[in-house]
Amino acid sequence: MNAAHVKFPPATARLAIIAAAFGIWEFAARRFGDPLFIAPPSRVAVALFQLVHEKEIISAVGLTCWELVVAFVLSIVLGLIIGLIVGLNRFTRGSMYPVILLLYAIPQATILPLFVLTFGIGPASKIAFGVSHGVFPVIMTVAAGVQNIEPLLLTSARSMGATRRQILTSVIFPHMVPSFFTGLRLGMTAVLFGVLLAELYVSQSGVGHFTTEFTQTFQPQNLFALVAVLATIAVTLNELCRWAESHFTRWRVS
Amino acid sequence: MTRSRLAERLVQLGFFGAVLVAWEIATTRGHVSALLLPPLGSVYRDFITLLSTGQFWPDLGTTLYELAVAFLIAAVSGTVIGYAVSRSGYSVKVFDPLFAGLYAIPAILLFPLYVLFFGIGPASKIAMGATIAFFPIVLNTIAGLIYVKSLYVTAARSMGASPRQMFWSVMLPAAFPVLLNGLRMGLILAFLSILGSETIASFGGLGHRIVELGENLDTSKMFAYIVFVIIIALLLNSAVSFAESRGRSHPA
Repeated sequence: MNAAHVKFPPATARLAIIAAAFGIWEFAARRFGDPLFIAPPSRVAVALFQLVHEKEIISAVGLTCWELVVAFVLSIVLGLIIGLIVGLNRFTRGSMYPVILLLYAIPQATILPLFVLTFGIGPASKIAFGVSHGVFPVIMTVAAGVQNIEPLLLTSARSMGATRRQILTSVIFPHMVPSFFTGLRLGMTAVLFGVLLAELYVSQSGVGHFTTEFTQTFQPQNLFALVAVLATIAVTLNELCRWAESHFTRWRVS
Repeated sequence: MTRSRLAERLVQLGFFGAVLVAWEIATTRGHVSALLLPPLGSVYRDFITLLSTGQFWPDLGTTLYELAVAFLIAAVSGTVIGYAVSRSGYSVKVFDPLFAGLYAIPAILLFPLYVLFFGIGPASKIAMGATIAFFPIVLNTIAGLIYVKSLYVTAARSMGASPRQMFWSVMLPAAFPVLLNGLRMGLILAFLSILGSETIASFGGLGHRIVELGENLDTSKMFAYIVFVIIIALLLNSAVSFAESRGRSHPA
């Protein structure tokens, strides 16, 4: 590598690309953009500082976070129970697994109106819709995690006289941990999609209410700022799951 | 063995049978409002009408058109950018985490912005579908191309392969399964997000039709459309799996 090809560390280059993207956006939005439809980053930043002082916005974001957390917890609990029932027994796996795969293949967006009809337009329908997205990845990974256990481990545990309960708690559950956390991460992605989609579809006091309002009243700077806040929350939740996944799977070789 | 297979099928049939029976009882004897859950018979009649009159064509056409354009944009840009990035180890280190990080943002959040930019017509759904499908395609293209076994590359190079031969005869066939996986994920995600964004704000398309029927409390017809979309989705899924298995068994 000669002097003409001195390269910055990848992280620096990445930051430079992101900064350049913001620069182009700022320039293009000021120069060519219609202020009714697009806002430059500088105005979005100003709007962001104003938005965080508005009580209604804060409570809307809080409500959406609450929906996300409840939906995620319910997805884990239901997914774990159903996944264990389906995965631990050969017969239930053979009979119920195809049914779950079939249900998973249903595009849930099309049954969103049913959730609203059943659970109303409040938080309940968002939570239920989020769970309908998040539960399947958890079921699949839990069921897969308890299935693909090396027969050697089971045989040796059995030959050492382990009871069924001991096999469950000392062999099967630890083996399930890595795929369980993978399921949590996939479930979080799915819950985010479900809850946010339902929020955008219909909302009285959640963030969906404000995205609609900002779009219809042509306040792109507020819309961008709100989207930025939600994206930050989403990325944080995703990263937490990713961290948990790598933290709890590191004891595994390969 | 066959007896337990038979028992498994019976459980599956029993499950769907029980759902249908519970549905029938709830709507005929129970106190469930027909606005919430229409009787099976009327859903069936509406479904048959839907199929025989062909009134689904305009909405199906809109949705499939949006899906085709969105997927084409994402597939071309994703594979081209992925290939360009995979050319050097340095650009992989720069761009791969960037794409992976952007992929972590739920793209559905951008939909209100897209409505503002592209309007409420098909363009905003195409942009939505293309954005969502781009990331799995580009990430899998990069992953597929950089993990081609160095043994193959060295062997081809030592036999004097030109860069062109290298790409078409070594890199592409070796990366093909991973590439296909990305394209499959992209297509399915694009389909789901297009249906989803049609429910949020649209003039046409299957997602829009279902929501409109729901809002008009025409629930029986809405269920008929939901059944129709589920069948379309299953057909799409099996078509994609079929294409993927063909692609895997005949690499290039």
